[in-house]
Order: sequence, then structure tokens, then C-alpha cells
Amino acid sequence: MTKQVERLDRVIIRFAGDSGDGMQLTGDRFTQETASFGNDLSTLPNFPAEIRAPAGTLPGVSSFQLHFADHDIMTPGDAPDVLVAMNPAALKANVEDLPPGATVIVNTDEFTKRSLAKVGYAADPLTDGSLAGFKVSPVPLTSMTVNALAEFDVSKKDAERAKNMFALGLLSWMYNRPTEGTEGFLKTKFASKPTILAANLAAFQAGWNFGETTEDFAVSYEVRPAKLPAGTYRNITGNLATSYGLIAGARLAGLPLFLGSYPITPASDILHELSRHKRFGVRTFQAEDEIAGVGAALGAAFGGSLGVTTTSGPGMVLKGETLGLAVMTELPLIVVDVQRAGPSTGMPTKTEQADLLLALYGRNGESPVPVLAPRSPSDCFDVAIEATRIATKYRTPVIVLSDGYLANGSEPWRIPDTADLPDLSVEFTTAPNADDGAFHPYLRDPETLARPWAVPGTPGLEHRIGGIEKSDGTGNISYTPANHDLMVRSRQAKIDGIARDIPPLEVDDPTGDARVLVLGWGGTYGSIGAAVRRVRRAGGTVAQAHLRHLNPFPEDLGAVLRSYERVLVPEINLGQLALLLRGRFLVDVISYTKVRGLPFKAEELAGVVQEVIDRAE
Amino acid sequence: MPSDNGFDAGQGFRGLKLVPRSDTAYRMKDFKSDQEVRWCPGCGDYAILAAFQAFLPELGVPRENIVIVSGIGCSSRFPYYLTTYGMHSIHGRAPAIATGLAASRPDLSVWVITGDGDGLSIGGNHLIHALRRNVNINVLLFNNRIYGLTKGQYSPTSEPGKITKSSPAGSVDTPFNPVSLALGAEAGFVARTIDSDRKHLTSVLRAAADHEGASFVEIYQNCPIFNDDAFEPLKDPAERDTRLLRLEHGESLRVGPDRGVVMGDYGELVVADVAEAGADRLVRHDAHREDPGYAFALSRLDRPAFAHVPIGVFRDVRRPVYDELMAEQIADAQAAQGPGDLGALLAGGDTWTVG
Repeated sequence: MTKQVERLDRVIIRFAGDSGDGMQLTGDRFTQETASFGNDLSTLPNFPAEIRAPAGTLPGVSSFQLHFADHDIMTPGDAPDVLVAMNPAALKANVEDLPPGATVIVNTDEFTKRSLAKVGYAADPLTDGSLAGFKVSPVPLTSMTVNALAEFDVSKKDAERAKNMFALGLLSWMYNRPTEGTEGFLKTKFASKPTILAANLAAFQAGWNFGETTEDFAVSYEVRPAKLPAGTYRNITGNLATSYGLIAGARLAGLPLFLGSYPITPASDILHELSRHKRFGVRTFQAEDEIAGVGAALGAAFGGSLGVTTTSGPGMVLKGETLGLAVMTELPLIVVDVQRAGPSTGMPTKTEQADLLLALYGRNGESPVPVLAPRSPSDCFDVAIEATRIATKYRTPVIVLSDGYLANGSEPWRIPDTADLPDLSVEFTTAPNADDGAFHPYLRDPETLARPWAVPGTPGLEHRIGGIEKSDGTGNISYTPANHDLMVRSRQAKIDGIARDIPPLEVDDPTGDARVLVLGWGGTYGSIGAAVRRVRRAGGTVAQAHLRHLNPFPEDLGAVLRSYERVLVPEINLGQLALLLRGRFLVDVISYTKVRGLPFKAEELAGVVQEVIDRAE
Repeated sequence: MPSDNGFDAGQGFRGLKLVPRSDTAYRMKDFKSDQEVRWCPGCGDYAILAAFQAFLPELGVPRENIVIVSGIGCSSRFPYYLTTYGMHSIHGRAPAIATGLAASRPDLSVWVITGDGDGLSIGGNHLIHALRRNVNINVLLFNNRIYGLTKGQYSPTSEPGKITKSSPAGSVDTPFNPVSLALGAEAGFVARTIDSDRKHLTSVLRAAADHEGASFVEIYQNCPIFNDDAFEPLKDPAERDTRLLRLEHGESLRVGPDRGVVMGDYGELVVADVAEAGADRLVRHDAHREDPGYAFALSRLDRPAFAHVPIGVFRDVRRPVYDELMAEQIADAQAAQGPGDLGALLAGGDTWTVG
């Protein structure tokens, strides 16, 4: 039979199942297929911290949401158009997010009395009418996969495990995705297990064929490639972009890269990735703890490496004392904090942006540190390079505030031409710098206020640095009141001065007459951007700006804030940027906050923006 | 010292094989900085500093290739008094900082100066991990069995019952034996010496520098203010020979003229009367035993209360060196795949082209 093909401009799909069902892999494969097809896309993996939570339970549900479109999009989407639920728990955990009319594909084999009872379903939702508002497609995914693999020499368990590939095949048919990528991926992954490879390929093909032949699915869909700016693209997650940005930064600076790190969710993937690139001369040191990770990075920086440490909130707290030492010794250092929901252990796999004040002020004494935040997964690349620039030019630790959403989420990235990347080459000091022919390790560059970086092995420049207050210029120990006052102010002035070396704040105000500005920072860029688009489509007038530099702020930030009647500041914390803005600029910004471990929904934010516009009028 | 360790002044110390050699004939004064030394009068640190400054020319490497990294405490002021590169870091973290430096710069001779509080209390974790990894650093732990810089609280090496400001009724802590701890942490080189015996101290420094990988040296150091004469039984000419056990590789273990070390039924070591036990039963010191059990048994002879205290090199065993393994992996990757091409890295994976 010939099936109808319907064209859509965008689709949001959520794959949901047990932690062991392979939903992250399925989502990732569908994303790669979608990327190679040329759609714009944005993803939101959402999984529990437990590696294998008890099977079939609500806490064990793992999901992967993908938004793809024929135009440029900014978020993984608020509500899924399609939910693939591999068991009752996956249905129950996600059904409330579905808009009326959404498609629900359920694996009926798992809807047994026992599985239903496990998640508190008194009656079978597939038959009790509770899903009446949705288009439900019941598919016995498990048994169809097992049947399809009957002639393969695989155990029943292995056959059942291939059901995610059956689901992927079905969805790939439904949205006309190219399949070569997934086939190639499986061939590499199971190269040493030919039987398992054959079974997975067969399950994938069986899912596709089922879609094509069954009458249950009458329509397949087409989402045309997006008209993105010309270039070569790849799909990239935030953690991968950060890793590449660090390798690129070190290369551009002409320094060897040294990563000292301790595994922590959701930052570990940066350690994993960098440990694979030894041919770039990257040294990765898996330390005994967070403190040793940053300590080793600082030691390597003293020796002339680009020292980097990566972590998340709880680890960030442990690194505080060494960060203070880096401030005092004025050595370049990059600290990547992939923020997660806190306090304490909090929710390790869920996102949040509540470490801003920690990054700015979480150390003893006056301890200024530049703070940057990427706005999207691919932006992590540019921010890592910018962190390298500031750290090496100003001889200072730099904190990069990524977050769990950016780290694991992905989007298409236009691959830069390496010739277009900035030259960050570093010149070590090799000759005495003082009038008396001596070397003064704290004699500052008059423009940047950076101190010289003379590395061990340089003859004639032997010097001692450390955490005790230094005498201006010579760097010798000093407890003199006036000197301490001077040094505290000099360190602050050095960091403040970076504001002259960063671009002014970009404000998106197409009509030029907006009275309301929405200002965000970090990972909320996509949600805020999508909300602003909605408001504008509905006829509203609003300006948007997003901060990449959180310390120091762009020089014109105060003027921008004062040029709008109202400034709305949405944050996934309890108003930390709002506090800073009020304190710094005496502007009474409107703080809007949510801390649910998830990104903002564009629809919700659009409502908030509209409300502020209405009140301003 | 250890005549058996193969040290050859012509070839230089084996632990410094990746450090450039220097033609400069340095003298002790070349390593004395212009900073005023600010330890209390009579502090054991002065003697250690003098011995160290006098020893450094022996290394035969350029002064600029020597780095001293310390933590916090009286001993950690050490870097300021030397003309090498140095970092006076934060409490307990010197082994971690030195690890990053040594692992990324094999052309440096890196020395960690720490104390019993810095190295065994707040920084205990970093110390044991640096030792097990066998990073090419030399750790000198000045053990005065007290907190000096914070004015006299008991330390993790203070004897039980110690009465201090923070333990007016006597400390109820069980102390660490630093040598036992280092051996338990898989250290390849473990030694002990005493601040007042410059000749012995220098010989141990020499052996430590010659060791490839992490070397751990405990130096008994007197604190005249808060724990004066803590090591007096080991220094008093009338008493010391009945307590000190000088370790010499290949030599029988003897304590004074009449007594020596024999092995008990369970592998433990005991001090016995030589005439009674028979000279042929005396244990011959072997610093190169793979199994650390013997060295550990030696380290337990000091109980109770300095009964018998071995000094010298307990263990000196060649193990793979962390920084060399790290460099090897990089060299292997570059040899197999060529140096990294940034453009190819960024453009790797599944790509598609628009326009």
C-alpha cells in the first residue's frame, strides 16, 4: 500500500523507558539521523542519577526529548508531540507533559497487571479511557522484536534488549530519517559480536518494516532540512564542545593542556573526552579528590601549562581554597563548573544555575575571579576559548559556568575554520624586568595589570610565590597595611579592567522601541529566545539580551538596563543575577525564577514576559 | 651514602635523569636567599635548611630547574629561604600541586616540604596518593610531633596522652607512624633521619634524589617552643646507642654493640641479645625487597616510646614512574596517529553541509 506523507515544520519526540532500556542511546541515534538529514534540532536528555534504579518504577524512568524542525529553533521544546513509552512507568511519568492530541506509542507487552500495579495504576490506562485525548498506538514492541529475531542465535534476553532498536526503526520510518548512520554506528559498536550486531540490525529493520506495512500507522511525516547559514555542521553536546574548546584554546595559546579532575556528574564526560586526545599532548590527571584536581592543575600552570579543572557544584566548593591561591599567585587557570541542582548532592543529573554567587564570591577575602557562561551547547566551544584568552592574558583563574542541560543537550554546530580562531599565543617572561636588573614577579603590565609568567627552568628568574600577601613588585612576603590595601585593590582593578576588553552587550530590539528587556545568562538563552519569539509573533514588543560575561559585566550593562522601563531576569535559581544587578546598578529588575531541575518552558516564559509588558503599559 | 645504590657522580642522580645537567659549580651560598629566616631560635628547621642548602650543589642540575613546593606550617616557609623556584601553597595540598608540576615538567627536580600536621593531617590524602602513583617528587616531612604555627596543639604524630592546649586531659588519639603509613601507601622509597645528624641527613637526601619516582623522607625535627626535646632519647650520647638502629643495606641490623634484630615466629622483628640469639640469626638489611612487609616490620620497632628507632633507608625499590608513564602514552599516541590536527578533530564525526 502507498502511504500518505504529511509535511510538518517541526516535531518534538520524547523517548521514555526504564534506565536499562537504552533510551539515551535511542534518542542519541535518532538525533544523529536527524542531524545528518539537515534539520535544526535541540535535545534534552533527562535521566536518574541511579545507574539502574529498580526496573519498572517511576524513579527509574529515563527519557530523551528531541525537537527538530525545518527552521532554526532554540529549545528542546516544551511538550512532546510524540511520546514513546516503553513501559507503564514511562507513560505515567510523562503523560502529564503531553498536549491534547499528542501521539503516544506504547509497548503493550509491558502493560501487565504487575507492572501496572508497581506504578500505582489501578486500571489499565490503555483501556480505561484515561488516554482518550491522545492518539494512542499500542505496539507489542518486545514480542515483535523477539519474533523478528527468532531465527538468530541470541538468547531471549538479548532479543528483548534489542526492542529499543525496533522502536528506533519504527520512528525512523515514521519521520523518514536516513538510516545509514545508525547502521554504521551498530557495525562499529558490535564489531566484535557479529550475532548481536545482526540481531540489532534486524530489529532496527523490523521496526522500519512494521511502520511501512502495518495499517496502524497510515501516515508518515516529512520535516524538510532547515535553512541554516552555509557551512559544514555536526551535532554537538555542551561537554564535547567544552572539551574541544579547551583543546583549541591550548593550541591557540601555544601551551600544553593539563586537566586535573575528579569524576563528578554531569562534568565527567569532559574528563573522558580529553583523556582520548593524547596526540594533542593533552595530559589528564584523575585525581584522588576535587582539591587535588585543581591543585595539580595549578601546579601545571606554574610550570607553564594551560591548567584546567572540571567539576560540578559540590566539587566547586572543595576547590575554593585553591582558587584563592590561584587568585593570590595570579596564575592562569580554567575552572569549568557544570552546574547541577543543589544544595549538597541535590539532584546530580538535573540542571540548575545556582552557582553564580558561589563563583563570584565563594572564597575568603577579596578574591575576584572572571566568570563566563555559555548560552547553548555549541557556545561552550567559544566560551572555553574566551576563558583561555582571559586566563592567559590576565594571569588569573577563570570560572566557566556551564550546566547539566547544556552539558548533555545537543544542537547543530557550524564547524569553525581553524584559521578564523583568535591567536592567543602566550609569551613567557625570560628576562629580568626591574630597573635594578632583578626579576620582580609582581611587577604588573601597566595596561592589563597582569604579572609576568616566568616558568621554572628559566635561568635568572628564580622566584617564590604563594598564598601569603605579597609585596607589590618584588612579591616578597609583606604584612604592611598600606601594601595589603594596594594589593587587594590591584587584584580587583585587574579583573575589573577586563570589562574594557570584552564586547558591549548585544541587545536584540528589532523595532527599537521596546519598553521591556528580558535579560538572562547561561543556559536559559534558548528558552528566553523562544519565549521572546512567541511574544513577538503575538504582536508584543520586547527586547532580549544575554550575558556571557558575568564578571566583569560588559561596560555598557548599566546603561542598557536604565534604557528600559522594565527589566525581567529569568533564572533557574532564586534570583542571583537579579541580586547582583540591583546591588551594582540600583535598577529594580523583576526576578522570575524556577528551580525544578529542568529548563524553562518557552510557553510559560512567554506568558511571564507578556505580563510584564502589559504592566508596563 | 648508601654505597649500594649505584649513585655515580659522573652520571648524576637517577631520579634526575630527565633534568638537564649543569656545568655551574654551585656552592651552598648560591642557594641562600636574601629573605630573613623567621623560625624560632633553636628550631630544628635551621639545621635541615643548612643541610639542604649545602646538599643542593650536589644535584648537579641548573638552579632554575629546582622547585620547592610547600604547604602551610612552620616547615612550609622553606621555599622563601632558597634561591630556586618555589611555591608556598595552602595547607596540605603541596603533594597535589607538585604532582601537576612534576607530571607536566619532567625536566624539573621537585621537592615537597611538609610537616606532620600539613602532610599527615589535612593533607594525608594527597600524600598517600602521590606516593602510590610514584610521581617523581621528593617529600621531606619534618616531624616535630606538634602543631607549631598554631601554637601547640597535638598533631597526628603526637604520643597518646599528650597534654597540650587542645588536650588538657591528654590526647586520646592514636598517632600515625609516618614510615608505616608511607609503606602502606606503596611508597617505593622510604627513609628516616634526624635534624641534628647532618651527615646522616645529607646521605638520606642523596639517596632520595637518586630514587626514580616518589621518595618519602621523615625527618625528626625538634620544636624548642612547643615540644622541646621530643627526640632527646635519640640524641643523648648516653642513651642513643641503645635505641638507634642505623640501616645499612646488606649489613646486619644491630642496636649498639650487644644487641641486634632477629625475626620472630610470625615474621615480626624483635631486638635480642646477640650473644643469646647467635650472630648468624641477625637479620641482614635489604632495602630492595619487593615485598614491603619486612620494611613495615622494621618501622614497628619504635614501639613503645622510641624503644628502638631505625634510621636510614627502609625501602628503595624501583617502580614505574607516573610522569614517565604519562609521557609515554602521549608519545605512543603521537607515534601511532601523528600529532593532533585541530581542524580534523573539530570536523570529525557525522557532518553535513548546508549551502
